[in-house]
Order: sequence, then C-alpha cells, then structure tokens
Amino acid sequence: MKLIIATIKPFKLEEVREALTNAGVRGMMVTEIKGFGSQSGHTEIYRGAEYAVNFVPKIKLEIVVPATMADQIVETITTTAKTGKIGDGKIFVLDVEQAMRVRTGETNEEAL
Amino acid sequence: MNLMKSLIPAAAIVALPQMGLAQEAATGEPAQHTQYIFTTLLFLMGGFLVFFMAAGFAMLEGGLVRSKNVAMQMTKNIALFSIAAIMYWLIGFNLMYPGDGWTISGWLGPFFSTTVLDPVGVGADAAALDYASIGSDFFFQLVFVAATASIVSGAVAERIKLWPFLAFVVVLTGIMYPISGSWQWGGGWLSEAGFSDFAGSTIVHSVGGWAALAGALILGPRIGKYKDGKVHPMPGSNLALATLGTFILWLGWFGFNGGSQLAMGTVGDVSDVSRIFANTNMAAASGAVAALIMTQVLYKKPDLTMVLNGALAGLVSITAEPLAPTLFGALWIGAVGGIIVVFAVPMLDKFKIDDVVGAIPVHLFAGIWGTIAVIFYGEASLITQLTGIIAYGVFTFVGALILWTILKSTMGIRVSEEDEINGLDMAELGMEAYPEFSKG
Repeated sequence: MKLIIATIKPFKLEEVREALTNAGVRGMMVTEIKGFGSQSGHTEIYRGAEYAVNFVPKIKLEIVVPATMADQIVETITTTAKTGKIGDGKIFVLDVEQAMRVRTGETNEEAL
Repeated sequence: MNLMKSLIPAAAIVALPQMGLAQEAATGEPAQHTQYIFTTLLFLMGGFLVFFMAAGFAMLEGGLVRSKNVAMQMTKNIALFSIAAIMYWLIGFNLMYPGDGWTISGWLGPFFSTTVLDPVGVGADAAALDYASIGSDFFFQLVFVAATASIVSGAVAERIKLWPFLAFVVVLTGIMYPISGSWQWGGGWLSEAGFSDFAGSTIVHSVGGWAALAGALILGPRIGKYKDGKVHPMPGSNLALATLGTFILWLGWFGFNGGSQLAMGTVGDVSDVSRIFANTNMAAASGAVAALIMTQVLYKKPDLTMVLNGALAGLVSITAEPLAPTLFGALWIGAVGGIIVVFAVPMLDKFKIDDVVGAIPVHLFAGIWGTIAVIFYGEASLITQLTGIIAYGVFTFVGALILWTILKSTMGIRVSEEDEINGLDMAELGMEAYPEFSKG
C-alpha cells in the first residue's frame, strides 16, 4: 500500500476528486492548508503598501491505495491539477505498513 | 375602513397649505410660522440623518481594525457620541453660538452656560419664528460635534487607552470645537472676515483631522506597522462592515449638508436643499470612481478600502460649498478629493504616521481642498479661505498637541506592548467582538 500526499490549488479540488473517483479511489482525506514552495509566496498591495503573502492557501489530499494503483493515481492527479502556472503543487508517495477498518476489523488492502 | 384611513391624511394634506394661504397670496411667501415649522422639520430630519453617521463611523472603523480590537472600537464610538451629547449641552452649544453673550467679542463665547430648550408648547409669540425651535437647532448642531470626535477615534485606533481618549473627547467636544466653531458659525471674527464654509469641511472635518493628526503623532504607530524601513499593512477585519459604514455616512451626509441650508420655509430654500442633495451625492460618487480608477492604474488592482475613503473624501470636499456648484462642479471637486486620498494614504506611511482608517487624508486633506474649492463656485477669496484653514489648523493642532501631551504625561495614553499584541478587546474590556472564532 502507498500513501499519496498531494498539494494542489484549491480551485482544482472538485476536478481532482472527480477524476480520482473515476480512477477507482474510494476514499480520501482533504485538509485546507497554507504553505510555500519554490514560489516563496507572492506580494499584494493594501492601501498603497506592498506586503508579502508568505503562505499561500493550498489543499492537501491524503490517499491510501494498493501499491499497484499508485503510479496511475499520481498520473491522474498530475494531469487534472496541472495549470502550467507556478504554484500547481507537489505529490509525495510513501509506503504504508498497515491499514485497519475500524467498524469491521478488516486489514490492509481489504480495509481501503 | 381602509379607505377612511387613507382619506384622513389625504384631507390633512389638502388642508395644510390653506393655513398660510392668506399671507402667501399677499407676499408670495409662506407665513412666518409655516417657515418656522418647515425649518424646524429640516433640522430634525437633518439631525437624525447626521446622528446615524455615528453608526457609519462605528461600522467603518469596526471593519478597518483587526478583529481583536473591534469591541473596543465600538465602545469608543458609542461612548464618544454620548459624551459629545452631554458636553455640548453643558458647555458647547452656547459657547459656539454666543448670540450677544461673547466673553471676548468674535473670539470666545460664554463658558458655564447650559442649553435651555423652548418651554413646553411654546406659543408663536415666544418662538424664534424667523429661524427654528431651540431643540431642533441644538440637536442638529450636537450631532455635528459628535462627527468631529468620531474622526479622531479612527486614526488613533488599536493602541490608545479608553479613558485618556474619552478625556480628550470631553475637551474637544465641550471646549475646543465650540470655540473654533464660534469664529465662523457663531458669527465671530472669521465670518466677519468673509470666510466661507457651508457645512464644515474645515469647521467639522479638518478640525477632527487636525486633532487626529496630533493624536497619531504623539501616540506613535502600532507595533510592527513600520519595521526595517518598510510598511507592514494590517488588513481590516471586515470589509463588508466598512462598506456598510461608508454607505451610512453617505446617507447621513444628505442631512449634514442639506440641513446646513438652515432654512426650508421658502421655494428658494427648499430648492436649494435639493441642489445640495444632488451635489453631495455627485461628489461622493466621483470621489469613489476616482479612487477606483487611481488604485487600478497605480496598483493593478482596485483597493476597496481606498474606494470607500474616496467616496468619503468626495463628500468632505463638497461640504464647504455644496450649494453653488453645478453638478459638473461637484463631480470634479469630489474627484479631486478621491485622488488626494489615494496619494495621501501612502504619503502618511512614508512619514510613519499610522492612521488606521485613513481619517487624516479623508477629513483633513480633503477638508482643506474643499475649503479652497469654494473659490471656484462660491463667493469667497482665496486669502480668506486660507486664513480660515490656517486659523483652524493652528488652534486645533496646537491645542490637541498640548492636550495629548498632558494626557500622555499624566494618565498615559498608550496600552502596554503585551496588551496591544493581545488586542484591546481582551486587555481593556475582557470581552471580544467575535468570541466564537478561534485565534487566527
């Protein structure tokens, strides 16, 4: 099993969710976050004074899938979340040791 | 039944003009008591419109301060209005309108002279038939002084202690504003000299602006506003409230300028009130549009807070002469006010003068501009207008500097660093405006 952590632009969330559901993903965790990457934030102007927005709002997706699906899911997120402009986000893939469905006690891929 | 209900007022409306008809036929003007009634009505309606500007200032300031200071800003706004109302009765009104009771002719009215209303059910023989009832006049003038105090509260927000601020309001509304106001509106030396300020670009708005400037200078900027040679904006908590406040002020201004016609008893007077309404509205609109375009051009994005300030600057600009200009005149006078604000806000930041809501650009700078602009359409010379501007500036700014300095060395005017960072709501009041939101 793999844990896929993806940061995306907030306006892309619905499109990505729909694409992932179509690709067979049956659950995900979504968090509203703020952060910065190589873009290092940007500047805005308030009452004539420029100020830095150091942390940009993003959406963090956390999805656990069978290892065999991981590449395809990463591919799906990449194609749907991409705008080609700076700040499209990043995707990380980690190994998952164990999974458990609380209601039934099913484990690992059964529990996904 | 419904028919009867609508018939009775209709009959009254038909009957009303008959009362003064005999004299009207003879002179072409309504009877004097009819004029008295309509002028009194103008003061009462104008007065409650200007009263509502207190709500406008409160919402504007509440929207432009950070959420940790909103409850305190509301406290200051309701307290300052109430103090102004009491002080104006106790000292202010008669100090500002001395009649024959000057202490120093043309310069200083009587102290310790409280306001006394007309007796209950005053008869036509005892009323000031050539003007209006005392109660309406007193009420109309007192809501103006409250506006002056509101201007100060916005500029010194988010760091001043409550009680020293209120002490300042006591002196400003009871003594300073009435003394300088008497020079012009009380029939003092500036009105003798030919100075012209119809509804108070200088007398109300610049006076508030000068007092605010002195306060902002003595108080210093908010912690973190100017650091490492850069300006660090502190965006306001609620721009919807700030916008509502601006619209309320805009509404109130019809009473502010329209009521300042001070008469509604003749065809000429009531038509003039309508000219003033139309011009006042035009100046606000052009001030807002000017600020909208200027911020788009300068910063590539419109700045809502500047557009709000622009509308108010347009209003302040037309206040010194809302009657004489054409609609086109009101348009360009208001637009210049809006442009002044867009440049003055960053300019104050360059001097590290921290004015939270833009009160100084709007009320002081646009007020000076509006007072000068009288020369284009009204009857006034540049020299007398500048004399008035300087006289009010020196008296109020120096007086306010002294008063703020005394308060600073006695009570202390600024909250501690910790209180300022935690917010005045919890530090000074122990209550928050928005207790159910988490800290963010």
